[in-house]
Amino acid sequence: MKWDWNAVSGFMPHFWDGLRVTLEALALGSLLSFTLGLVWTLLMRTPTRWVRWPVGVVTEFVRNTPLLVQLFFLFYVLPEWGLTFSALTTGVFAIGLHYSTYTMQVYRAGIEAVPVGQWEAATALNLPRRRTWTAVILPQAIRRVVPALGNYVIAMLKDTPMLMVITVLEMLGQARLFSQQHFQFTEPVTVIGVAFILISYLASLLMRALERRLVR
Amino acid sequence: MTPGLWELVLKGVWTTIQLLVFGALLATAVSFVVGIARTHRLWIVRFVAGVYTEVFRGTSALVMIFWVYFVLPIVSGWQLVPLWAGTLALGLTYGAYGSEIVRGALNAVDPAQKEGGIALSFTPWQRLRLIVLPQAVPEMIPSFCNLLIELLKGTALVSVMGMGDLTFSANLVRLALQQSAEIYTYVLLIYFVIAFVLTRLMRGLEKRLKAGVGKDPGTGRAARELKRAQTTGVGVAGGAGLGGGAA
Repeated sequence: MKWDWNAVSGFMPHFWDGLRVTLEALALGSLLSFTLGLVWTLLMRTPTRWVRWPVGVVTEFVRNTPLLVQLFFLFYVLPEWGLTFSALTTGVFAIGLHYSTYTMQVYRAGIEAVPVGQWEAATALNLPRRRTWTAVILPQAIRRVVPALGNYVIAMLKDTPMLMVITVLEMLGQARLFSQQHFQFTEPVTVIGVAFILISYLASLLMRALERRLVR
Repeated sequence: MTPGLWELVLKGVWTTIQLLVFGALLATAVSFVVGIARTHRLWIVRFVAGVYTEVFRGTSALVMIFWVYFVLPIVSGWQLVPLWAGTLALGLTYGAYGSEIVRGALNAVDPAQKEGGIALSFTPWQRLRLIVLPQAVPEMIPSFCNLLIELLKGTALVSVMGMGDLTFSANLVRLALQQSAEIYTYVLLIYFVIAFVLTRLMRGLEKRLKAGVGKDPGTGRAARELKRAQTTGVGVAGGAGLGGGAA
């Protein structure tokens, strides 16, 4: 078989469109998963069993079932319930929800890694509970968890192609569309594979730099 | 749902389980070969294994599946049976993640153990087989358990290629019933049950392997809590120093 550069150049405009959508989904999905994950973690630390138990069961369930099926579920079931969102919004919500069950573990480990003395000092200073969290515990915990969160950003990046199945035209969706119109599969799919390797490599470099700055 | 539709779903479950088992076997083989290669003494072997890991971890599993289905037949002239194509894509992708687990566990074995092997003039292969691996493998099990769940969730991706796994059957049922909530709820539950069974099986395996090398299997709630407290520095008196030191 022959590698066709014309197919590559023909695909590039579509590729940039797809890349924009991919990065948009990634940014919003990460933001949602970081926020929700912290919410789950804090809920899991409440003294009430009736809060902890349902949160634990639901997050365990979400973590152990495929994101792809969750996407289908949200995309087809929400409209049945009278909730209509754009495909991209549904996708961002699914990714954010799915990965929030991972980030919650990260936050938990980070919070538990804050030395007990810090809690005791906050008590000794008679800080209110809210101040203890916002001024003492979370700043230390979040600094520790940045590298692990970064890993999940890369994992989310690699799950964005799934949005294709709910009609979002991210990179792989664009490639499939292009393939269907021009009957050329090799070039677009390969371009995207290379793009993924490059983006995840850049992202890991970025994370390492960020990590160094935070640790300093 | 009618019995006919349930039969379709069960067929999908069977395909998913086959994919899971074959994918896991291939991924394990790849993990060990690549993971051991990354601790090899020749730099070229380490380098090739490292490139493999980066490429297959760097790309999306779904893109890899597309590549195996659409590009591989054009490049190589071989069209794989869907089950083998799916197995290949999943095994190679998750094997790359697994190789990092193997490498980490191999490096975590106490150097004195390897030195002991050298002192007894074992060959490198004997050291690996008789000393390093028996100690490293039990440490790998929890991470491999997580990876296995990831692989299970990854099998759903092959449905995009039209392979009749559980997710694909679910989509057919949705089209037949024109209702989505019921079937997708069942399907999510089925995946969850499979994942739960896998977790239990892996925990049993870990216990047996750890007992085999004379390590505390760490069973029971108390032991787990204590272990967590020791590693995180929360929960036991005097843990603060430990946690602070570790962090």
